[in-house]
Amino acid sequence: MNWYRFSSPSSFYPLAGRLIPWFAWAAAALTVVGLYIGLSIAPTDFQQGEAYRIIFIHVPTAWMSMFLYLVMAFWGALFLGFNTRLSAMMAQAIAPTGALMTFVALWTGSLWGRPTWGTYWAWDARMTSELILLFLYLGVIALRSAIDDPRRADRACAVLSLVGAVNVPIIYYSVKWWNTLHQGASVSPTGSKMASIMLAGMLVMSFAAWFYAIAVVLARVRTIIVDRERGAAWLAALPEVAKA
Amino acid sequence: MNTAHTVAVAHAPVSAAAGAILPGVRWALARDIRLALRSRAELAVQLLFYVIVVSLFPLATTPERTLLATMGPGVLWVAALLASLLSLPRLFAADYADGTLEQIALSPYPLESLVSGKVLAHWLTTGLPVVVLAPLLGIQYSMDAESLVVLSLALLLGTPVLSLLGAIGAALTLGLRAGSSLLALLILPLYVPVLIFGAGAVDAARAGLGVAANISLLGAGLLIAIVGAPFAAAAAVRIALD
Repeated sequence: MNWYRFSSPSSFYPLAGRLIPWFAWAAAALTVVGLYIGLSIAPTDFQQGEAYRIIFIHVPTAWMSMFLYLVMAFWGALFLGFNTRLSAMMAQAIAPTGALMTFVALWTGSLWGRPTWGTYWAWDARMTSELILLFLYLGVIALRSAIDDPRRADRACAVLSLVGAVNVPIIYYSVKWWNTLHQGASVSPTGSKMASIMLAGMLVMSFAAWFYAIAVVLARVRTIIVDRERGAAWLAALPEVAKA
Repeated sequence: MNTAHTVAVAHAPVSAAAGAILPGVRWALARDIRLALRSRAELAVQLLFYVIVVSLFPLATTPERTLLATMGPGVLWVAALLASLLSLPRLFAADYADGTLEQIALSPYPLESLVSGKVLAHWLTTGLPVVVLAPLLGIQYSMDAESLVVLSLALLLGTPVLSLLGAIGAALTLGLRAGSSLLALLILPLYVPVLIFGAGAVDAARAGLGVAANISLLGAGLLIAIVGAPFAAAAAVRIALD
């Protein structure tokens, strides 16, 4: 099977359309299972009481927020390297979802901070770097919306997201050395300090966040394809376009 | 302004061999410094902006000496960031508006070297004055002698990074609507590590701790920026000219 075939918008558009329901339903099912584990099976935390349960939203969105930035930069790099239009469209489609994940991570973190640290906001390393990550996402989105020519916007955003991707670890460590209040990471590749049922709930929710992001990005990339390729003959021949 | 551009461009040795990096840096540096010196009032205004921002903070907070000494390094650094941001359009905007930038990009010198020269000129005319002026303003903030030395050293290492990173943003936003506020959104988050290490060095000095870690990190950041930023900025210039 030749995967490069799908680097063309005309062949990717129907593929994305077929994949979206699978990822969307998987995301919905995993959310139900994950929230069930998180909200009713997982035991109450002996230190933080019920408040810790926001972890099942907070940690998956925080992971996704950082991961999506790298994915966006990856598509940007592919676009700069191979000049494949679809890569740039993917990067464009990821930015709003990444910004949303970052915002949700910040919001839930602030709600979690209130009962456990006694404050909605602290200038803690991870919160601050997450806030800066949000600015980076908003910068990419704002740069794209300020440029009328889509080709220039693609390339400018690719350069900006690559510069940002190089900076994200530097920002993270600079802020970390500056101030740290946040609890250390509970999950690491070598082992986990959490009860296994809590971990299971969190991992299920992470996959839910992952599949949600894929479904939404694919849906958005389809609208971007329709918008950008509106002159193309293959698009006009599509039943849903021909009808409208 | 226009005559200055034509004169400078006429001096460009268009026959230079391709791949000549240092001559490219030297040419762009000489040209931009000459242009900057012909609009000295503009440079003075940007420096005055720095002085005024720094002077506003005690008015807004407190004239109390110990608090000012605590705040001083941060205020001086934030003002340096803002002054750098304000001066960034100088780098490419005028050349872009009158078409000079396209001629520069067509020259046989590698664009990366020309961008490096322009960034160096930008730092010498806007960053270095801030470094020189900072200890004077630090005295207004009751900072002690050791802190002032560390502050100057940190600014000396940090402000070139601001110019280098800023060049990327300045090139990306060339000719865009709301270019200057967009530039702030793009560039200020990237300035954060410089701000943290720079102000952190002075804080460490004030607390009697070693400043070597912060200064080394600033130096490392400067080296990375020198190696990487010209390529990104030159790519951004090519995008803008496309």
